[in-house]
Amino acid sequence: MSVILVFLLVIAGIAGWWLSQQRLMSKPWLEHGPDVAFAQEDVTGMPTAKIGLGVFLAVVGALFALFASAYFMRMELSDWQAPPVPRLLWLNTGILFLSSVALHCAVLASRNDEIRTTRLALITGGLTALAFLAGQLLAWRELAAAGYFVDSNPANGFFYLLTGMHGLHILGGLVALALTTYRTWTKPLDGRLKLGVELCAMYWHFLLFIWVAVLVLLAGWASDFIDICRQLLS
Amino acid sequence: MVDVTPGSRDAVPPAEVPDVELYHPHSWWTTYVFSQDAKVIAIQYAGTAMAIGFVALVLSWLMRLQLGFPGTFDFITPEAYYQFITMHGMIMVVYLLTALFLGGFGNYLIPLMVGARDMVFPYANMLSYWIYLLAVLVLVASFFAPGGPTGAGWTLYPPQAILSGTPGGQDWGILLMLFSLILFIIGFTMGGLNYVVTVLQARARGMTLMRLPLTVWGIFTATVMALLAFPALFVACVMMLFDRLLGTSFFMPALVEMGEQLSYGGGSPILFQHLFWFFGHPEVYIVALPAFGIVSDLISTHARKNIFGYRMMVWAIVAIGALSFIVWAHHMYVSGMHPYFGFFFATTTLIIAVPTAIKVYNWVLTLWRGDIHLSLPMLFALAFIVTFVNGGLTGLFLGNVVVDVPLSDTMFVVAHFHMVMGVAPIMVIFGAIYHWYPKITGRMLNDAMGHFHFWVTFIGAYAIFFPMHYVGLVGVPRRYPELGETAFIPDSVHDLNAFITVAALIVGFAQMVFLFNLFWSLRYGKEAGGNPWRATTLEWQTPQTPPAHGNWGKELPVVYRWAYDYSVPGAPQDFIAQNDPGPPNLPRHA
Ligand code: HEM
Ligand SMILES: [Cu+2]
Repeated sequence: MSVILVFLLVIAGIAGWWLSQQRLMSKPWLEHGPDVAFAQEDVTGMPTAKIGLGVFLAVVGALFALFASAYFMRMELSDWQAPPVPRLLWLNTGILFLSSVALHCAVLASRNDEIRTTRLALITGGLTALAFLAGQLLAWRELAAAGYFVDSNPANGFFYLLTGMHGLHILGGLVALALTTYRTWTKPLDGRLKLGVELCAMYWHFLLFIWVAVLVLLAGWASDFIDICRQLLS
Repeated sequence: MVDVTPGSRDAVPPAEVPDVELYHPHSWWTTYVFSQDAKVIAIQYAGTAMAIGFVALVLSWLMRLQLGFPGTFDFITPEAYYQFITMHGMIMVVYLLTALFLGGFGNYLIPLMVGARDMVFPYANMLSYWIYLLAVLVLVASFFAPGGPTGAGWTLYPPQAILSGTPGGQDWGILLMLFSLILFIIGFTMGGLNYVVTVLQARARGMTLMRLPLTVWGIFTATVMALLAFPALFVACVMMLFDRLLGTSFFMPALVEMGEQLSYGGGSPILFQHLFWFFGHPEVYIVALPAFGIVSDLISTHARKNIFGYRMMVWAIVAIGALSFIVWAHHMYVSGMHPYFGFFFATTTLIIAVPTAIKVYNWVLTLWRGDIHLSLPMLFALAFIVTFVNGGLTGLFLGNVVVDVPLSDTMFVVAHFHMVMGVAPIMVIFGAIYHWYPKITGRMLNDAMGHFHFWVTFIGAYAIFFPMHYVGLVGVPRRYPELGETAFIPDSVHDLNAFITVAALIVGFAQMVFLFNLFWSLRYGKEAGGNPWRATTLEWQTPQTPPAHGNWGKELPVVYRWAYDYSVPGAPQDFIAQNDPGPPNLPRHA
């Protein structure tokens, strides 16, 4: 369970930092009146939707950290045999990276009020993400064709499980992205819409990060890294 | 003391009414059914939770009938008994308590108490309820599925959970349970985002974190914990579904069943236990923290005294929330773990007792020389404190490895956790319902029925669970439908079991009176007025009772003080509402 504990430590750090700004040492029973309390520090100054997404990403992060924890614990057992990582995954990673870049461009373009570039970038982002999903499906077929079925080894099971979970999250993101893209036609490019684009990009970058983490896990680098650390320690 | 001169007080401009896009329902359907108003969603959540909780209550009667009078009821086979236990436990913990505290009280109280018009993401909030309802329906469906519901125990431990020897293991039971839990978690996450972000972003002007009522602190912290803990259950459920449906061996070791070698091999049931309890222990506090918060407010209001050690209470809530993530393996002392691990987890478990004890002291010190009104909410709050201390003390026993090992899986454990996370939070729920019902409906609950309900429930709960400790110490194992001719079990145990069963049936009857009261008082209850308890917190200061759509009038409230200004010397009344600027030149008090 060490991965999730490290993850929670990070969350606790963020929460602790935030709490430390909240005058938890103040003595509310001595302070009446609005002036004292109108301290502006309790307004985060960030859009609510962005904070909502941030909290949601923390939940998604916890989910994958737990999957990783389970992965490491199961890996210790003797029957573990990791499947080869299909070459295709590297291509898919590149495509997902492009997708993230496209959404980043969309954010920049929307900030400059370039509506057509924004649309173009959003659509590119969506299509590349779809291509990524298709690529993942192909990788599944490739593995299955080579005889690495989901039930033949727990490592294979995790391969399908983790890629599948990640894919589902992309799929959910695509719904939001499609909505936002649609709005670039029906709504004016105001602060709200810009925020929507920004949130899509934020989600995309996060899922790219998760994907890289999953890949590192599946390719066995994570365990190599841990082995090296262990050797250094002993 | 930072005082405000009268002049500057008037100068505070009213809170601007931001052009919030408050959702406005247009039809009967969107007002009462597919509503995005947190208050309606709260009532939907609470109603559904109580309905499914009623099922769990009936199941407990059936189990008790079997235990008290074994062999009398033909339809309670051992398989049926396992199914009853499992569904009873899971419903009580997840579908009743979690849903009622967070989905019910969270939805109703958070926006009102922080001075917001609604939750920040009303649409997701509505979806949260409907997904919860779907989860409940899937769970109920398992009663009618071929093979019946799962009988794996609420902990769903593999490998037995998905083998044919366990009811529902190779039928629909376990599948529906896992699907239902997954749905619940998805639905909860949508609601949970709302509860957290509303507290972060939608507080009224002047409502600093340290001015929040402890109820909000409790629900807020519990929600943060739930958002981080439920994913562990999610992972466990998904991986178990893979094992069951796709034949992977995440949790399943090599097995021979009925002389037949199964295709599983090499998996680790312990892995499941880690995941389950990584959720399961925080879950205890997910239920307890809202109860802690609510009870603090009940005690302060009904003893007309400010809460003792407010800051300490807040810190304790946060500390408990954080610590409860590193104690999970105390549920696994008997799983053959490394003794050093056991030592570590016993230590962290005992450390949690410190902030918890601080809270108990502070409640008692709040009562000390208070002007205690023995109203129903106060009675239930007192019952909570007593019961919680009781269950907490046996928890200290069980937290120690050497004591736990012989007591593990006996009725002692059952008695312990019913005290601490069954009876205690339920007491708070009742107290909270008696307290807030007037705000929700505009009428008081009937007092006579209430007193009957309280005394029977309180005394009855002790009649049920006190003897159970003894039964457990004698060595009666839990989850056994029948003891049979067991040499080490004295006759007194059988008599006690019959006694407990009678008590359980009486307590169950008292709940019917409570339910009746809920409906009866809707029509015939005394008119409550806006603030019958003369409480300080914002929800009692709404222009209308019950609060209208949008909660407040044109202007949002402005908050001038903390939530506990009771019996302030020199004040014209014995309470000063949070949004009351207060009389000029109020003498200082500390
Ligand atoms: C009138 C009230 C209640 C009665 C009479 C009652 C009775 C029982 C009985 C007889 C068992 C089975 C013991 C065994 O054979 O192992 C049980 C198990 C359980 N109960 Fe209750 N109960 C009540 C309320 C609650 C509440 C409010 C909760 C909420 C936390 C709860 C949670 C559980 C859990 C988690 C189990 C364990 C299930 C398992 O072993 O898998 N119960 N209860
Ligand atoms: Cu625990």
